[in-house]
Amino acid sequence: MFEAIAFYLFAALTIVMFTITVMTSQALYAITAMAAGMIFISAFFFILGADFLGAIQIIVYTGAVMALYAFGMMFFDTTRDVVEKRTNPQIVFVLGILAAVMVVAIFVAPIVSNNIQALYPIQEGVGNSQAVGMVLFTKYLVPFELAAVMLLVAMIGGIILAGKKMDKSLTLMAEEEITTMDDSFEPQAGGH
Amino acid sequence: MEITLTHYLVLSTILFAIGLIGVMRRKNLLMLFFATEILLNATNIAFAAISYYIGDLSGQMFAFFIIAIAASEVAIGLGLLIVWYKRTGKIDLDQMNSMRG
Repeated sequence: MFEAIAFYLFAALTIVMFTITVMTSQALYAITAMAAGMIFISAFFFILGADFLGAIQIIVYTGAVMALYAFGMMFFDTTRDVVEKRTNPQIVFVLGILAAVMVVAIFVAPIVSNNIQALYPIQEGVGNSQAVGMVLFTKYLVPFELAAVMLLVAMIGGIILAGKKMDKSLTLMAEEEITTMDDSFEPQAGGH
Repeated sequence: MEITLTHYLVLSTILFAIGLIGVMRRKNLLMLFFATEILLNATNIAFAAISYYIGDLSGQMFAFFIIAIAASEVAIGLGLLIVWYKRTGKIDLDQMNSMRG
Protein backbone atom coordinates (compact mmCIF):
# COMPACT_ATOMS: atom_id res chain seq x y z
CA MET A 1 0.00 0.00 0.00
CA PHE A 2 2.76 2.40 0.95
CA GLU A 3 4.61 1.49 -2.19
CA ALA A 4 1.54 2.18 -4.35
CA ILE A 5 0.98 5.59 -2.75
CA ALA A 6 4.65 6.51 -3.21
CA PHE A 7 4.64 5.32 -6.81
CA TYR A 8 1.56 7.28 -7.83
CA LEU A 9 2.64 10.40 -5.94
CA PHE A 10 6.10 10.49 -7.48
CA ALA A 11 4.78 9.51 -10.91
CA ALA A 12 2.38 12.46 -10.91
CA LEU A 13 5.07 14.82 -9.64
CA THR A 14 7.61 13.66 -12.22
CA ILE A 15 5.16 13.93 -15.11
CA VAL A 16 4.10 17.43 -14.03
CA MET A 17 7.70 18.59 -13.63
CA PHE A 18 8.84 17.26 -16.99
CA THR A 19 5.76 18.69 -18.70
CA ILE A 20 6.67 22.08 -17.28
CA THR A 21 10.23 21.57 -18.56
CA VAL A 22 9.02 20.82 -22.05
CA MET A 23 6.18 23.32 -22.30
CA THR A 24 7.33 26.49 -20.56
CA SER A 25 8.75 29.43 -22.44
CA GLN A 26 10.93 30.58 -19.53
CA ALA A 27 14.36 28.95 -19.46
CA LEU A 28 14.67 29.43 -15.70
CA TYR A 29 11.41 27.59 -15.04
CA ALA A 30 12.57 24.80 -17.35
CA ILE A 31 15.87 24.19 -15.57
CA THR A 32 14.29 24.38 -12.11
CA ALA A 33 11.51 21.98 -13.02
CA MET A 34 14.00 19.57 -14.55
CA ALA A 35 16.20 19.57 -11.44
CA ALA A 36 13.11 18.77 -9.35
CA GLY A 37 12.09 16.03 -11.78
CA MET A 38 15.53 14.41 -11.54
CA ILE A 39 15.27 14.24 -7.76
CA PHE A 40 11.77 12.76 -8.00
CA ILE A 41 13.10 10.10 -10.39
CA SER A 42 15.71 9.09 -7.81
CA ALA A 43 12.75 8.30 -5.52
CA PHE A 44 11.72 5.55 -7.96
CA PHE A 45 15.20 4.07 -7.72
CA PHE A 46 14.96 4.02 -3.93
CA ILE A 47 11.53 2.34 -4.12
CA LEU A 48 12.98 -0.26 -6.49
CA GLY A 49 15.80 -1.10 -4.10
CA ALA A 50 18.52 0.43 -6.27
CA ASP A 51 19.95 2.64 -3.52
CA PHE A 52 23.30 3.21 -5.17
CA LEU A 53 21.67 4.20 -8.48
CA GLY A 54 19.43 6.68 -6.68
CA ALA A 55 22.39 8.30 -4.95
CA ILE A 56 24.27 8.47 -8.26
CA GLN A 57 21.19 10.01 -9.89
CA ILE A 58 21.07 12.80 -7.32
CA ILE A 59 24.81 13.42 -7.35
CA VAL A 60 25.40 13.29 -11.11
CA TYR A 61 22.19 14.79 -12.45
CA THR A 62 21.18 17.40 -9.92
CA GLY A 63 24.79 18.02 -8.93
CA ALA A 64 26.96 17.93 -12.03
CA VAL A 65 24.64 18.08 -15.04
CA MET A 66 22.40 20.79 -13.60
CA ALA A 67 25.46 22.84 -12.62
CA LEU A 68 26.71 22.57 -16.21
CA TYR A 69 23.34 23.65 -17.57
CA ALA A 70 23.21 26.54 -15.11
CA PHE A 71 26.63 27.58 -16.37
CA GLY A 72 25.35 27.35 -19.92
CA MET A 73 22.32 29.46 -19.06
CA MET A 74 24.56 32.13 -17.57
CA PHE A 75 26.73 32.05 -20.68
CA PHE A 76 23.90 32.26 -23.18
CA ASP A 77 21.30 34.97 -23.28
CA THR A 78 18.31 33.12 -21.87
CA THR A 79 16.47 36.04 -20.35
CA ARG A 80 14.32 36.45 -23.45
CA ASP A 81 11.42 34.10 -24.07
CA VAL A 82 12.17 30.92 -25.93
CA VAL A 83 10.67 30.97 -29.40
CA GLU A 84 8.78 27.84 -30.26
CA LYS A 85 9.17 25.95 -33.46
CA ARG A 86 6.40 25.54 -36.02
CA THR A 87 6.58 21.81 -36.43
CA ASN A 88 6.09 20.00 -39.68
CA PRO A 89 2.83 17.97 -39.40
CA GLN A 90 4.34 15.04 -41.28
CA ILE A 91 7.20 14.66 -38.80
CA VAL A 92 4.76 14.80 -35.88
CA PHE A 93 2.62 12.17 -37.59
CA VAL A 94 5.54 9.79 -38.18
CA LEU A 95 6.88 10.21 -34.66
CA GLY A 96 3.39 9.71 -33.24
CA ILE A 97 3.09 6.39 -35.09
CA LEU A 98 6.53 5.45 -33.79
CA ALA A 99 5.53 6.24 -30.20
CA ALA A 100 2.35 4.19 -30.57
CA VAL A 101 4.32 1.19 -31.84
CA MET A 102 6.66 1.60 -28.89
CA VAL A 103 3.73 1.54 -26.43
CA VAL A 104 2.48 -1.70 -27.97
CA ALA A 105 5.96 -3.21 -27.71
CA ILE A 106 6.14 -2.22 -24.05
CA PHE A 107 2.82 -3.89 -23.26
CA VAL A 108 3.86 -7.02 -25.13
CA ALA A 109 7.31 -7.16 -23.55
CA PRO A 110 6.25 -8.70 -20.17
CA ILE A 111 4.70 -11.65 -22.06
CA VAL A 112 7.97 -12.34 -23.83
CA SER A 113 10.03 -11.77 -20.72
CA ASN A 114 8.82 -14.97 -19.08
CA ASN A 115 11.66 -16.70 -20.86
CA ILE A 116 14.31 -14.36 -19.47
CA GLN A 117 16.64 -15.86 -16.89
CA ALA A 118 18.44 -13.73 -14.33
CA LEU A 119 22.13 -13.92 -15.15
CA TYR A 120 23.29 -12.03 -12.09
CA PRO A 121 20.66 -12.65 -9.45
CA ILE A 122 20.47 -10.29 -6.51
CA GLN A 123 22.05 -12.11 -3.58
CA GLU A 124 20.46 -12.31 -0.17
CA GLY A 125 22.05 -10.58 2.78
CA VAL A 126 24.14 -8.24 0.65
CA GLY A 127 23.49 -4.50 0.43
CA ASN A 128 22.73 -2.91 -2.89
CA SER A 129 25.99 -0.97 -3.11
CA GLN A 130 28.01 -4.12 -2.34
CA ALA A 131 26.12 -6.19 -4.92
CA VAL A 132 26.55 -3.47 -7.54
CA GLY A 133 30.28 -3.37 -6.83
CA MET A 134 30.61 -7.12 -7.15
CA VAL A 135 28.89 -7.21 -10.55
CA LEU A 136 30.43 -3.99 -11.82
CA PHE A 137 34.03 -5.01 -11.11
CA THR A 138 33.76 -8.57 -12.43
CA LYS A 139 31.41 -8.89 -15.40
CA TYR A 140 31.21 -5.24 -16.39
CA LEU A 141 34.84 -4.29 -15.77
CA VAL A 142 35.70 -3.59 -19.42
CA PRO A 143 32.64 -1.37 -20.07
CA PHE A 144 33.41 0.38 -16.79
CA GLU A 145 36.96 1.20 -17.92
CA LEU A 146 35.67 2.24 -21.33
CA ALA A 147 33.18 4.58 -19.66
CA ALA A 148 36.08 6.05 -17.67
CA VAL A 149 38.04 6.69 -20.88
CA MET A 150 34.91 8.17 -22.48
CA LEU A 151 34.43 10.57 -19.58
CA LEU A 152 38.10 11.58 -19.83
CA VAL A 153 37.70 12.23 -23.57
CA ALA A 154 34.54 14.25 -22.88
CA MET A 155 36.37 16.31 -20.24
CA ILE A 156 39.29 17.08 -22.55
CA GLY A 157 36.89 17.83 -25.40
CA GLY A 158 34.89 20.21 -23.24
CA ILE A 159 38.00 22.05 -22.11
CA ILE A 160 39.34 22.38 -25.65
CA LEU A 161 35.98 23.39 -27.16
CA ALA A 162 35.30 26.06 -24.57
CA GLY A 163 38.88 27.33 -24.73
CA LYS A 164 40.05 30.35 -26.69
CA LYS A 165 40.67 30.45 -30.44
CA MET A 166 37.88 27.99 -31.04
CA ASP A 167 35.45 30.66 -32.24
CA LYS A 168 37.27 30.71 -35.59
CA SER A 169 36.40 28.02 -38.08
CA LEU A 170 39.23 26.73 -40.22
CA THR A 171 36.80 25.31 -42.76
CA LEU A 172 35.08 28.65 -43.32
CA MET A 173 38.32 30.66 -43.72
CA ALA A 174 40.50 31.28 -46.76
CA GLU A 175 44.01 29.83 -46.93
CA GLU A 176 45.74 33.18 -46.39
CA GLU A 177 43.69 33.89 -43.32
CA ILE A 178 44.75 30.59 -41.78
CA THR A 179 48.43 31.15 -42.46
CA THR A 180 48.34 34.67 -41.07
CA MET A 181 46.10 33.78 -38.16
CA ASP A 182 48.91 32.65 -35.90
CA ASP A 183 50.81 35.90 -36.32
CA SER A 184 47.94 38.30 -36.08
CA PHE A 185 45.89 36.55 -33.48
CA GLU A 186 45.08 38.59 -30.44
CA PRO A 187 43.16 37.30 -27.46
CA GLN A 188 39.58 38.43 -27.58
CA ALA A 189 36.97 38.81 -24.96
CA GLY A 190 34.72 35.81 -25.02
CA GLY A 191 31.08 36.01 -25.99
CA HIS A 192 29.12 38.84 -27.52
CA MET B 1 -3.09 -2.83 -4.88
CA GLU B 2 0.27 -3.93 -6.08
CA ILE B 3 2.64 -2.03 -8.30
CA THR B 4 3.79 -4.26 -11.13
CA LEU B 5 6.41 -3.97 -13.82
CA THR B 6 3.80 -2.70 -16.26
CA HIS B 7 3.14 0.34 -14.07
CA TYR B 8 6.76 1.35 -14.28
CA LEU B 9 6.96 0.67 -18.01
CA VAL B 10 3.87 2.79 -18.65
CA LEU B 11 5.36 5.60 -16.57
CA SER B 12 8.59 5.28 -18.55
CA THR B 13 6.63 5.49 -21.80
CA ILE B 14 4.79 8.60 -20.66
CA LEU B 15 8.04 10.32 -19.72
CA PHE B 16 9.63 9.23 -23.00
CA ALA B 17 6.66 10.69 -24.91
CA ILE B 18 7.05 13.97 -23.00
CA GLY B 19 10.70 14.03 -24.01
CA LEU B 20 9.80 13.32 -27.64
CA ILE B 21 7.30 16.18 -27.61
CA GLY B 22 10.06 18.41 -26.29
CA VAL B 23 12.45 17.32 -29.02
CA MET B 24 9.79 18.03 -31.62
CA ARG B 25 8.67 21.46 -30.49
CA ARG B 26 11.83 23.07 -29.11
CA LYS B 27 13.83 25.47 -31.23
CA ASN B 28 16.37 26.66 -28.69
CA LEU B 29 19.25 24.17 -28.51
CA LEU B 30 19.63 24.38 -24.73
CA MET B 31 15.96 23.49 -24.33
CA LEU B 32 16.51 20.62 -26.77
CA PHE B 33 19.25 19.26 -24.48
CA PHE B 34 16.77 19.33 -21.59
CA ALA B 35 14.40 17.16 -23.64
CA THR B 36 17.17 14.63 -24.38
CA GLU B 37 17.91 14.38 -20.65
CA ILE B 38 14.25 13.53 -20.09
CA LEU B 39 14.50 10.77 -22.71
CA LEU B 40 17.57 9.26 -21.00
CA ASN B 41 15.91 9.39 -17.58
CA ALA B 42 12.79 7.64 -18.88
CA THR B 43 14.90 4.72 -20.08
CA ASN B 44 16.74 4.67 -16.76
CA ILE B 45 13.46 4.13 -14.89
CA ALA B 46 12.58 1.24 -17.22
CA PHE B 47 16.00 -0.38 -16.69
CA ALA B 48 15.84 -0.09 -12.90
CA ALA B 49 12.28 -1.48 -12.80
CA ILE B 50 13.14 -4.47 -15.00
CA SER B 51 16.24 -5.07 -12.88
CA TYR B 52 14.09 -5.18 -9.76
CA TYR B 53 11.27 -7.36 -11.09
CA ILE B 54 13.47 -9.92 -12.83
CA GLY B 55 15.95 -9.97 -9.98
CA ASP B 56 18.98 -9.22 -12.13
CA LEU B 57 21.54 -6.51 -11.55
CA SER B 58 22.36 -6.00 -15.25
CA GLY B 59 19.59 -3.44 -15.64
CA GLN B 60 21.16 -1.23 -12.99
CA MET B 61 24.53 -1.57 -14.74
CA PHE B 62 23.01 -0.32 -17.99
CA ALA B 63 21.47 2.58 -16.09
CA PHE B 64 24.92 3.50 -14.72
CA PHE B 65 26.42 3.55 -18.19
CA ILE B 66 23.52 5.63 -19.49
CA ILE B 67 24.21 8.17 -16.74
CA ALA B 68 27.90 8.24 -17.78
CA ILE B 69 26.90 8.77 -21.41
CA ALA B 70 24.53 11.57 -20.40
CA ALA B 71 27.32 13.33 -18.49
CA SER B 72 29.66 13.09 -21.50
CA GLU B 73 26.93 14.33 -23.81
CA VAL B 74 26.34 17.39 -21.66
CA ALA B 75 30.05 18.25 -21.51
CA ILE B 76 30.67 17.91 -25.25
CA GLY B 77 27.32 19.38 -26.26
CA LEU B 78 27.72 22.48 -24.11
CA GLY B 79 31.28 22.92 -25.44
CA LEU B 80 30.04 22.82 -29.02
CA LEU B 81 27.17 25.15 -28.12
CA ILE B 82 29.61 27.67 -26.61
CA VAL B 83 31.72 27.58 -29.79
CA TRP B 84 28.63 28.15 -31.91
CA TYR B 85 27.39 30.95 -29.67
CA LYS B 86 30.77 32.71 -29.81
CA ARG B 87 30.71 32.59 -33.58
CA THR B 88 27.11 33.51 -34.33
CA GLY B 89 25.57 34.89 -31.14
CA LYS B 90 22.53 32.64 -31.48
CA ILE B 91 21.65 29.09 -30.48
CA ASP B 92 18.49 28.67 -32.54
CA LEU B 93 18.14 25.55 -34.61
CA ASP B 94 16.59 27.27 -37.61
CA GLN B 95 19.63 29.48 -38.13
CA MET B 96 22.06 26.58 -38.30
CA ASN B 97 21.83 26.27 -42.06
CA SER B 98 25.44 26.76 -43.09
CA MET B 99 25.42 23.33 -44.76
CA ARG B 100 22.29 24.25 -46.80
CA GLY B 101 20.58 21.10 -45.75
